[in-house]
Amino acid sequence: MTQRPPDAPAPPSDDARWKRIVATLRRLGHRPQSLIEGMHAVQNEFGYLEPAALRYLAELLVVPLAKVHGVATFYHHFTMRPPTRHTCVVCLGTVCHIKRGPAILAEIEKRYGVGAGATTADGSLSVVEARCIGACSLAPLVVLDGETIGPTTPEEVRERLDSCIAKTEGEPPRDA
Amino acid sequence: MTPEELRSRAAQVRSREAAYAESFRVCTAESCLSLGSRALLHAIEGELESRELAERCRVKPVGCLGLCAQGPLVAAELRRGHGAEERSHLLRTVRAEHAAALVDGLDGSFDPGLELPVDLPFFEKQLRIATENCGRIDPHELDDAIGAGAYEALLQALYEKTPADVLAEVERSGLRGRGGAGYPTGLKWRTVAKNTATPRYVVCNADEGDPGAFMDRGVLESDPHRVLEGMAIAAYAVGASAGYIYIRAEYTLAEQRLRRAISQAEGAGLLGKAIGATPFEFNVELRLGAGAYVCGEETALLTSIEGNRGQPRPRPPYPAEEGLFGKPTLINNVETFANVPPIVRRGGDWFASIGTGKSKGTKVFALAGKITNTGLVEVPMGTPLREIVFGLGGGIPDGAAFKAVQTGGPSGGCIPAAYLDSPVDYETLASLGSIMGSGGMVVMDEHTCMVDVAKFFLAFCRDESCGKCVPCRVGTVELHGLLERFSRGEAGVHDLSLLEELCDLVKSASLCGLGQSAPNPILSTLRHFGDEYRAHLEGRCPAGVCTMRREGSS
Ligand SMILES: Cc1cc2nc3c(=O)[nH]c(=O)nc-3n(C[C@H](O)[C@H](O)[C@H](O)COP(=O)(O)O)c2cc1C
Ligand code: FES
Repeated sequence: MTQRPPDAPAPPSDDARWKRIVATLRRLGHRPQSLIEGMHAVQNEFGYLEPAALRYLAELLVVPLAKVHGVATFYHHFTMRPPTRHTCVVCLGTVCHIKRGPAILAEIEKRYGVGAGATTADGSLSVVEARCIGACSLAPLVVLDGETIGPTTPEEVRERLDSCIAKTEGEPPRDA
Repeated sequence: MTPEELRSRAAQVRSREAAYAESFRVCTAESCLSLGSRALLHAIEGELESRELAERCRVKPVGCLGLCAQGPLVAAELRRGHGAEERSHLLRTVRAEHAAALVDGLDGSFDPGLELPVDLPFFEKQLRIATENCGRIDPHELDDAIGAGAYEALLQALYEKTPADVLAEVERSGLRGRGGAGYPTGLKWRTVAKNTATPRYVVCNADEGDPGAFMDRGVLESDPHRVLEGMAIAAYAVGASAGYIYIRAEYTLAEQRLRRAISQAEGAGLLGKAIGATPFEFNVELRLGAGAYVCGEETALLTSIEGNRGQPRPRPPYPAEEGLFGKPTLINNVETFANVPPIVRRGGDWFASIGTGKSKGTKVFALAGKITNTGLVEVPMGTPLREIVFGLGGGIPDGAAFKAVQTGGPSGGCIPAAYLDSPVDYETLASLGSIMGSGGMVVMDEHTCMVDVAKFFLAFCRDESCGKCVPCRVGTVELHGLLERFSRGEAGVHDLSLLEELCDLVKSASLCGLGQSAPNPILSTLRHFGDEYRAHLEGRCPAGVCTMRREGSS
């Protein structure tokens, strides 16, 4: 079961990132139970799960495509949309909730016109809601492009967002 | 590595440590890292280099020092090995630019603005077993862990005890599961050991999904070898040779440290094949969660390891009988495993001498919310709630009044001021309408609305319901909708009784613990804060959180 059959499918492209994913999958063994690990490997490299990647995993691990979709959509962590330039995770766990985390989300919505789970029209920023990332001593907090910022305020988050968006775009963000 | 080799390695490490007159331990757990402790660590190293003090003063990255609210934290140990009295200092909110001042303070006089009093109740009142090495050892270095006694208990078990002896010791300790339900650990181990089917598995639940909980994260980031050792001892006792750690994907740092720890332990012959130069074999693999709360539930977790949607299934059969891949599986929480090595080393009776009648040992709590000292504490079971919140926790900041402490996450409840003198143990918390849960304690003050809190948890459960059973899938939506009516000031008296009936239904008819306990936040707030619900019926939110659609009475 752990050997890749000789007629194993080729990865969707010859992108170097696929080489690393293929290596990971080989180490795990080409078994249906490696599906979630495979998805992690793909999303780590590409930032999302594109349809071709899901088809590839289905064929390689011999899992029905419908099940692959079922698994990919069940878990909040997996996304089928390409990543935007910036991601702001706003924590709304218990502690962040009672420490006015929702006001941060409201401020972002006011400024950029996007709520949790949405992306700005120009595709520069997506806003994600989390329910506790286990750093409650920093509440209320956001995770902006991987950096945990907390305890913070709606104003600070707006300023940080403004400046990091302006930096990568070379132009000021659109007004809300 | 044989026991003798382990002992001599530990002795080497300790004498290497003792060669330093002084040391700084810099917290590099997640919270302090994001406050800049990495730069601080390098700044102290640079400062010592440039003053040519690196030979006598050690700087070491460590895990959680506990008082996360005051990070970045640094512990300083002075005059070691000089025959002089050893003194510890704890320094708070230390920035990289303080590095020179820290090194200046090596003569024993730190900037009072940085130094915390040594007799702070936050530290004085703790009894640390599961977290005894957190903040003491470098979580990246196997040697450091060995110097603090890691893997001693495992090799002691392999060389001096039969699996049955180990089992008996764990039973004698009275240890109960720290993941929520408090099931007797020894009994669970025995059920797996009794089963004749093979192979058997040992699984560590590191999904830590309760919002407001970060105990397991602290242990994993600070002392990963402790958890591995606990799992290996369990594997020996129940006859397993493979194990998994299911860790939530958000815990990147913990994951990295665990991966490193696993490969170090394998390299040293303390994990993998021929452990401790005996025939015993135990291989551990990591599996990453993917952001589904229900996967913390044991049957859902196992289904997820198998590569499926993480939906729970009815029990029995329990995982101990039919678990991973249909085989007998022991599943325990991170903190449960972290308690095992000391129990083997010091005996079940020693552990059972701590705590209360039915709740033995200590419990790690994550203090957060409207409390001065947010962070991790470990206290004996039975410690009064007041002591935790006002003693260790330092009370409520900004002169606000205490209102409630929420324990047990979405499955738990809110405990009001009237019960602050209750001892914290499994039975007492249950009798108050909450649960011990995994150890998150979220303190709430007068500015928190209890209807809003209940609504928060119901939104959580609604979103995290896996959808498999109707009472949970539909019931949580309905309950949340009802609470919405309260918080908009639209609810009438009949909604109150409807709320109670629906809670009862969801509680009794749901398939797994998620649905069965989803009404708890409502039931406990109804019980202890009924007045607040009634105020909402009149269109008032006493805490001023809910925006009412209509003002005045109905
Ligand atoms: C919805 C739900 C979520 C749970 N989440 C966790 C969790 O994150 N961590 C954990 O250790 N146990 C969790 N549990 C409890 C586990 O099902 C199981 O009881 C526990 O892992 C057993 O270990 P213990 O006996 O050492 O506590 C959860 C239970 C339910 C019903
Ligand atoms: S509630 Fe936001 S990190 Fe825990």
